[in-house]
Amino acid sequence: MKKELTRQQYVDLYYYMRLNRAVEDTMVKLFRQNKIVGGLYSSLGQEAISVGSAYALEKKDWLAPMIRNIGALLVKGVPPRDIFMQHMAKYDSPTKGKDGTSHFGDLDNLHIVSPISMLGDLIPVMTGVAMAGRYLGQKIVAMTWIGDGGSSTGVFHEGLNFAATQKAPFVLILENNLWAYSTPVRKQVPVENLADRAKAYGIDSYIVDGNDVVAMYSAAKEAVERARAGEGPILIEAKTFRRLGHAQHDPAEYVPKEMRTYWEARDPITLYEKYLTSEKLLDAKSKKEIEDKIEALLAKEREFAENSPMPPAELAEESVYCTGDDCHKIRAKWERPVAEVTPPKSSVAAVWTVPGFGSGKGSGGANAPIHFGDAPAATEKSVSERKPPAKIATKTGAKKPLKAAAASASRKARR
Amino acid sequence: MAKMNGAGTKEAAAGGAQVTFLEAIRQAMFEEMERDPAVVLLGEDVGVYGGAFKTSEGLLARFGWERVMDTPISESAIIGAACGMSYLGLRPIVEMQFIDFIVCAFNQITNFVAKGHYLWNAPAPMVIRGPSGGGVHGGPFHSANPEMYFVHTPGLKVIYPSTPYDAKGLLKAAVRDNNPVLFFEHKFLYRRIKGEIPAGDYTVPIGKAMVRREGRHLTILSYAAMMHTSLEAAEALAQEGIEAEVIDLRTLLPLDEETILQSVKKTNKCLVVHEDTKTGGIAGEIAAILCEKAFDDLDGPVMRVTSLDTPVPYAPTLEDHFLPNAKKVFTAAKELARY
Repeated sequence: MKKELTRQQYVDLYYYMRLNRAVEDTMVKLFRQNKIVGGLYSSLGQEAISVGSAYALEKKDWLAPMIRNIGALLVKGVPPRDIFMQHMAKYDSPTKGKDGTSHFGDLDNLHIVSPISMLGDLIPVMTGVAMAGRYLGQKIVAMTWIGDGGSSTGVFHEGLNFAATQKAPFVLILENNLWAYSTPVRKQVPVENLADRAKAYGIDSYIVDGNDVVAMYSAAKEAVERARAGEGPILIEAKTFRRLGHAQHDPAEYVPKEMRTYWEARDPITLYEKYLTSEKLLDAKSKKEIEDKIEALLAKEREFAENSPMPPAELAEESVYCTGDDCHKIRAKWERPVAEVTPPKSSVAAVWTVPGFGSGKGSGGANAPIHFGDAPAATEKSVSERKPPAKIATKTGAKKPLKAAAASASRKARR
Repeated sequence: MAKMNGAGTKEAAAGGAQVTFLEAIRQAMFEEMERDPAVVLLGEDVGVYGGAFKTSEGLLARFGWERVMDTPISESAIIGAACGMSYLGLRPIVEMQFIDFIVCAFNQITNFVAKGHYLWNAPAPMVIRGPSGGGVHGGPFHSANPEMYFVHTPGLKVIYPSTPYDAKGLLKAAVRDNNPVLFFEHKFLYRRIKGEIPAGDYTVPIGKAMVRREGRHLTILSYAAMMHTSLEAAEALAQEGIEAEVIDLRTLLPLDEETILQSVKKTNKCLVVHEDTKTGGIAGEIAAILCEKAFDDLDGPVMRVTSLDTPVPYAPTLEDHFLPNAKKVFTAAKELARY
C-alpha cells in the first residue's frame, strides 16, 4: 500500500491536511460569530482524500472541487483568504460575493473549475476539459470528486460513460462517506463497492482507504499517470465517513453512535502523524514548526478576509455577459501543430470501421483513431492486436499490450 | 481519402448562390471550422451520418474525428463536455438532434453554462443548435419551440432566424461570441426556404431585429417560420388597404427593444405572432415592454397570435388547428386595425 515518497512529499501531505483542518476550524469560529453569511460544510475526517488526490496532479492539470474539497483547493494553490472571503461573501473574494463556499474557479492560472450545487454536473464538464486538453496537445489530466449520494445522479452516468467512450484523461474520486445528507449509502446505492460501477463503463477503478493519505495519494498518482498515458478515465472509490452533519445546521443525530466511534478512532491526521513519527519523518520540533506556520498564516489570512468590504449593491447587475475581447480574450493554447487538425491532414473517410466486420464501404480501412497527444494510437493498436496472443502472454513487462492481447484472446476463445 | 459527394472539398464552402436554409447553416459551420481550429462539433450522429437532417454533412470528412464527434445519447454529457471544452478556449458547436431534447440538459445549460461568467468570471463560448418547430407532423416530442425556457435565463443568448442569409450570418456570429448562444433552426424552413447569400465571409449582429416589410397601420412582430406566415398575411392585408409593418425579431435574447419601440411609435398598434404556445411566450413579454415604454403611443391592445396552450399534437388536422397560420394572423390584424 505504501509508496516511496520523498521526505518533502511526506511532510507536504501532512502540512496540507493540517492546513485543511485548520482552515475549516477557523471557519467554524467565523460561522459562530455570524461572519459567514450562508452555510458551512465540513470535510472533517475526509482531509486525506482531498489532499492526497489533488497532490497527485501536476501544476498544468485541472481540477474541480466539490463542497468538501477545500483541501484540494489548498494543494492547488488557493490562498486560505480566498476560502474565508468566499464564505463571508466579501468583495475581494474570487466571486466578489456572487457565490459562496468552494464555488469559485480560476481558468487562467490555477486551472480550477467552479462547482455548482447540482451534483454530478462536474463529471461531463471535466470530461470536456480533459478532451479539450488532449485536443490541444496539452497532456493534462482533469480530476473531480463526487459523493456516494451524487453518484446516483443521471449526469454521473452520462458523464462517466461519455468520458469512457472518449478515453478522456479524467480521474473521478468517489468519496464514499456513507451519508448523503441523512440518507445512508445503502438506501442510495444497492452495491457494496461503488467502484464496481466502473465495470459498466469498461474503465478501471480502485478502492482506497480514504483515511490513509499515502494510500490515497498513491492510487491517485497511478490513476493520473495512467489517464495521462491515454488509458482513459479511472474511478477511485475512497471509503471514509462524514464526521459532521451535512452542514453546520445539521447535528446528524441519525448517525449510529458505534459508527461514529469507529471512524473517529480512524482520524486521518492522527493516523498519519503516528505513521510519520514511527518512520521518523516527523518529530516534535518539525511538527511544532508546521503548527506555528499554519497559525501565523491563518491569522494573517483571516485578518485580510475580515477587513475586506461587502460588495457594492450595484455589482449585482454586472457581468451577466462577456462583452468581448475587452472582457475576455479567449484563445486556445495550442501545444501541438494545428496542421494536425486542419485540412488536408484532418480529412478522413466518413465511415465507421467495426472491428471484426471489416471497414465500411469506401473506407481506406483505418480505424477511427482516438489520439492522445501525439501518440499514433490507431496504428500501434492494430499492430499489437495482430501479434499472436500466446507469444505475448509469455513476455514480461509491457503491461498494457499484454492485457489487450489477453482480452482479445478470450474474445476469440468465446467465438 | 474517400469521396463524400464532394463535401470534403473546400469548394463546398463557397456561397454566392441561392441556397436552402439548411445549406446556409451547413456552410456557416463549415466556414467557421475552416477559419478557426478551436471550433469543434459534437452531437448525436453528427459525424458519419452527417446529422439527422444532414446539416453537418461533409464536416467529418474534412475536419476529422477529433473535431467532429459522434456522441452517446447523453444530452447533459454533451453540453457539459462542450462547456468544459470552452474553458480551454475551444468554441464547440453542439447539435441537439431535435431541439426538444435540449430539456434533457436543462440543468447543465441554465445552471452551469449560463451562470459561469456572472459568478466566477468564466465565459463559455459555445453554441447549442438544433431543429425546432412544428408543421411537419413530428408529434409532441419532435416539434417543440422551447426558446422561452432559455429566454428566461440570464447569461444565455437566444437566436431564432427566418432566412438563409440570417441563419448563416447569425450562426457565424454565435460561434464567435464569447457567450453561450442557443440557436434554433425551424425545421419547416430547412428545405422549403431558399435565399441568396453572398460569397465570402459575413456575420449578422446578434440582438438586432429587422424590418422585413414597411408599413404604417400596424406592426407585426414575429420570428422564424411565423415570420413568413406574417409576411403572407401582410400581403393579404395590403389588398384591403392595411399596410402592416413586419419585423423579424431574429434574436429573442437580448431583445431589440429599440427597433420594436420605433415601429410601434410609428404605427401605434402591435400584433405579436409566434409559434410558441401563448402563456409565457415572448408576446407577453413584449406586451409588458410596450406598456412600460410606449403606453401613450398605443391606439389599441397589444394582440397575439400564437399556438394553443397544449402540447403539439400529431394528426395533421390537430396540428393545423394548433398552429397559427396566415388566416389567423390576417383576422387578428384586421381586428387590431379597426382601433
